[in-house]
Amino acid sequence: MSWKNYFSTSIGKKIQMSLTGLFLILFLIVHCYINAQIFWNDGGEKFKEAAHFMGTNFVIRTIEIGLFAFLILHMVQGLLLWSRNRARRNTRYAVSAGNATSKWYSRSMALLGTLILLFLVVHLNAFWGPNRLSQTTGHGELDLYVMMRDEFQSVGFVAIYVFGCISLAWHLVHGFYSSFQTLGLTTNKYKTIIHGVGIGFSIIVPLIFALMPIAFFMGWIS
Amino acid sequence: MALNSKIPAGELEAKWEKYKSTCKLVNPANKRQLEVIIIGTGLAGASAAASLGELGYKVKTFCFQDSPRRAHSIAAQGGINAAKNYQNDGDSTFRLFYDTVKGGDYRAREANVYRLASVSANIIDQCVAQGVPFAREYGGLLSNRSFGGTQVQRTFYAAGQTGQQLLIGAYQALERQVALGNVTQYSRHEMLDVVTIDGKARGVIVRNLVTGELERHFGHAVLICSGGYGNVFYLSTNAMGSNVTAAWKAHKKGAYFGNPCFTQIHPTCIPVSGDHQSKLTLMSESLRNDGRIWVPKKQGDTRKPNDIPEEERDYYLERRYPAFGNLVPRDVASRAAKERCDAGYGVGASKQAVYLDYASAIQRYGKIEANKQGLTNADAATITQLGKDVVKEKYGNLFEMYEKITAENPYEVPMRIYPAVHYTMGGLWVDYELKTTVDGLYALGEANFSDHGANRLGASALMQGLADGYFVIPYTLGNYLADDIRTKSIPTDHPAFVEAEKAVRDRIEKLMSIKGSESVESLHKRLGKIMWDKCGMARNEQGLKEAIEEIRALKKEFWSNVRIPGEINEFNPELDKANRVADFIELGELMCMDALHRNESCGGHFREEYQTEEGEALRQDDKYMYVAAWEYKGDSQFEMHKEDLVYDIVHPTQRSYK
Amino acid sequence: MEHNSMNLTLKVWKQKNKNEKGRFETYQVKGISSEMSFLEMFDVLNEQLIAEGKEPIAFDHDCREGICGMCSMYINGRAHGPWHHTTTCQLHMREYKDGDTIVVEPWRASAFPVIKDLVVDRQAFDRIIQAGGYVSVNTGNAVDANAIPIEKHSADEAFASAACIGCGACVAACPNASAMLFVSAKVSHLAMLPQGDPERKIRAVNMVQQMDKEGFGSCTNIGACEAECPKGISLENIARLNREYLGSMLSGGSQNSI
Repeated sequence: MSWKNYFSTSIGKKIQMSLTGLFLILFLIVHCYINAQIFWNDGGEKFKEAAHFMGTNFVIRTIEIGLFAFLILHMVQGLLLWSRNRARRNTRYAVSAGNATSKWYSRSMALLGTLILLFLVVHLNAFWGPNRLSQTTGHGELDLYVMMRDEFQSVGFVAIYVFGCISLAWHLVHGFYSSFQTLGLTTNKYKTIIHGVGIGFSIIVPLIFALMPIAFFMGWIS
Repeated sequence: MALNSKIPAGELEAKWEKYKSTCKLVNPANKRQLEVIIIGTGLAGASAAASLGELGYKVKTFCFQDSPRRAHSIAAQGGINAAKNYQNDGDSTFRLFYDTVKGGDYRAREANVYRLASVSANIIDQCVAQGVPFAREYGGLLSNRSFGGTQVQRTFYAAGQTGQQLLIGAYQALERQVALGNVTQYSRHEMLDVVTIDGKARGVIVRNLVTGELERHFGHAVLICSGGYGNVFYLSTNAMGSNVTAAWKAHKKGAYFGNPCFTQIHPTCIPVSGDHQSKLTLMSESLRNDGRIWVPKKQGDTRKPNDIPEEERDYYLERRYPAFGNLVPRDVASRAAKERCDAGYGVGASKQAVYLDYASAIQRYGKIEANKQGLTNADAATITQLGKDVVKEKYGNLFEMYEKITAENPYEVPMRIYPAVHYTMGGLWVDYELKTTVDGLYALGEANFSDHGANRLGASALMQGLADGYFVIPYTLGNYLADDIRTKSIPTDHPAFVEAEKAVRDRIEKLMSIKGSESVESLHKRLGKIMWDKCGMARNEQGLKEAIEEIRALKKEFWSNVRIPGEINEFNPELDKANRVADFIELGELMCMDALHRNESCGGHFREEYQTEEGEALRQDDKYMYVAAWEYKGDSQFEMHKEDLVYDIVHPTQRSYK
Repeated sequence: MEHNSMNLTLKVWKQKNKNEKGRFETYQVKGISSEMSFLEMFDVLNEQLIAEGKEPIAFDHDCREGICGMCSMYINGRAHGPWHHTTTCQLHMREYKDGDTIVVEPWRASAFPVIKDLVVDRQAFDRIIQAGGYVSVNTGNAVDANAIPIEKHSADEAFASAACIGCGACVAACPNASAMLFVSAKVSHLAMLPQGDPERKIRAVNMVQQMDKEGFGSCTNIGACEAECPKGISLENIARLNREYLGSMLSGGSQNSI
């Protein structure tokens, strides 16, 4: 059987979701590490250094293309899965089990993912988009630190970010464990560890992200 | 017609080997042209279908359930016997044979039982090869447990779900043949008649239970693997759908019915809780390995079981049968429970129950476990807890089931149990080749009468079903079909098919047209009550005569006052049930006639007039050492034929488990 | 045992056949004993309906001791009702109290079309087993049973997976109507035993393909199946199936399959 066939069964599609999801998790770690440099409160020196590297390094820029490809694959495949799975039950139950048999966030991955997508549009439009535009039009890199400081003075904008991070956290609570389950790594021996690490990750990373706009807004970082 | 059991000549040990090496064979090209119809997909049917499919026959299977995997073999809990002697405790083919013949109270055919015992070991091999997950020891080898009526450990098991695992194994083998195109599977189809042409079974009329349509199917041979008829009693441990219809239709088409009155009443079932009861639930016989059965020594004692001190308890099985104790065969244990309850010592609200107590087993296991763990000064609570853990591992699922049904915790309070109808040793009469008195018509598993005599030992039903399907029918059917290779498939517009289908249609239409006022269920309940009261655990001449009259009256009422809602050509469970109950009524009458004619007590058949001074079954070997094979002669008309049982090897004696 | 008597309101799905639209009907039942099983309560209702000249409710049931897998009711939003590790036939009425309203629906999944009322067609499960849920061994080919020692732990695990009764509660409970728990239980059972080893790679792929073909949804690791499984089949089976599938994928082990 060909790779294409292997990837096109229901498990194959889940493997796509799992692998792209894990890649996005890795990206989150890097992104979080870079942006957390603002907490040195050094006027953005360390952050700018890191941002410059990420924005100009050839290898990173190449990976960035892959990142977008994976992101799109993750989104498209996720939404397709959702719509196909919905069609597997022609008549809905009059009474549903609700939270008695499963977690709301496990059932709401498509919704959470869509919320994250909306947030991403706002987010990319605010920072990544203008920066890359400036770079490609020969105007050089923008000062992302200053942009952040300015943008995060608006309550509404900060609120969108916090909301985006909360969606991300719930998406990760399910997604992190689920990607390991799909790869068959959640054996009896490891499942408790994977579960624990997953929850920890889902809290810590979005929390750090959420603290960034809050810190600027509250003036903790000057 | 004289009954010819066709037992091969020669030494007992050599008969089957000789048969196998001399029976006729069918070459592979011819097998592809030969069609076999199998009714029922339990252990016997599924294993036969898989094996015959593998051989290359064109097989069709039919079951009334939605999948072959639902057949009631699935509910067998305890285990399957095999003379493997893995425990080195003196077991052998001969001993299994001997125990089975003795357990059957000397009413089984020696040659059949010996064959059963000799293929028993192959069954275990076959099932393990299929991936049946039997219980194992830490060394990786198979584990055994003991069962009633034997003194060796020869029972293989998979927790309390042995039947399920064996059936799934056979089902998987069957599905593989379906995938390979050798077997065509029809679910939700019920056989409603056998078609005979020139005295040979040549097909069946089945009803598609989803659409209500009647279908005709041709076969060079027809195998009835439709199980037993315990549901004639309404309340039994059988599944709700288990029925006699296929066997009964075969009977009416000329197949004799052997020993219909031999019914097994299982001693350890959960007692009836009220009139609403629709079925009874068995608690595996394996529970008698460790549980102790008792009643209070005082009549009508209303104290709670745990308040009754040790010296005021009557462990009546241990008292009466010191050699076998709680592990006496089922018929003996059941009668002893009934005797105590009838004498006023019964417990529970209904007073129709005895206690099955795990308290001493918990203590015993607790102490062993404490020793193992090196706890020299373990307190009572620790020992009890350790003991409960061991019992839970061994019987956890059964205890859980008991608690779900009764809302009592059997780890704390003794279970209440009472005998219930469980298995029918009687069934279609078959010869050594499993062929009925109709050419080309075979009966396998519980549907035939052959191997268990008047009482079946625990863990032998699974053994027999699989022996028939995997290891006997592939040879014996070939021996018959070898002479039939020139017979082309007969088109189903043959007059015999048309006529059979018309008869079935007429009967269904007649049933639907009655439009009376009694539901099928209530008539079935009434039949069950007559059967249980008068043809149940104990029978007597007067009761049986009354029962026959009552059943005849009930039959009249059924055919004039039954109410079946719905239509013919749709999914109509009430109509399905009516078809079955109508047959049960006719069978019930025959069972009573058989019980009435057999003026002796043997195995599951206990006639109150024939008992020893100690209340044990009293056989009349000089008069009744035969199989009563009944021929259908018309409504309520049956003629008995005898197959004398000859014991060359085993010498019948009064069974003693003392 | 204390018997309580209760009166209940039942809202039951009625559907004449596969093609017609279904709807809920409301029924009253009186004098239900707390000692009855849920299906015995339905027996009472059906007897009442027959006496009134109405059509009884069709429902699947057979062994009534929790092992055949035939019974299949979705009760107040729960597959097989609220009791843990319990089939509908073993659910007892002491769970309910006088005056309760109980909503009963069939298993709902496109791959399980309704035959009538609460009865659905689960033949898709048979076809999945046909795709590879077996060991290819013909009768009479077996070696001595003890010639293949199997570690007790593996045997016990294989048994735990093989305990599946094929009732379809996993599909009914899954928001995606996925059959992964059912498929994974069979793949796991056979993958954990040496007997199943030669076909393990082909088996996993073929059974998954058949599952897809039957129109079941895909697994998104929600876990409702495990929560509702009357036999306690664990999600670990699904992880194992995924592992088997990946193993096949990475080793190219199913070259010869469909």
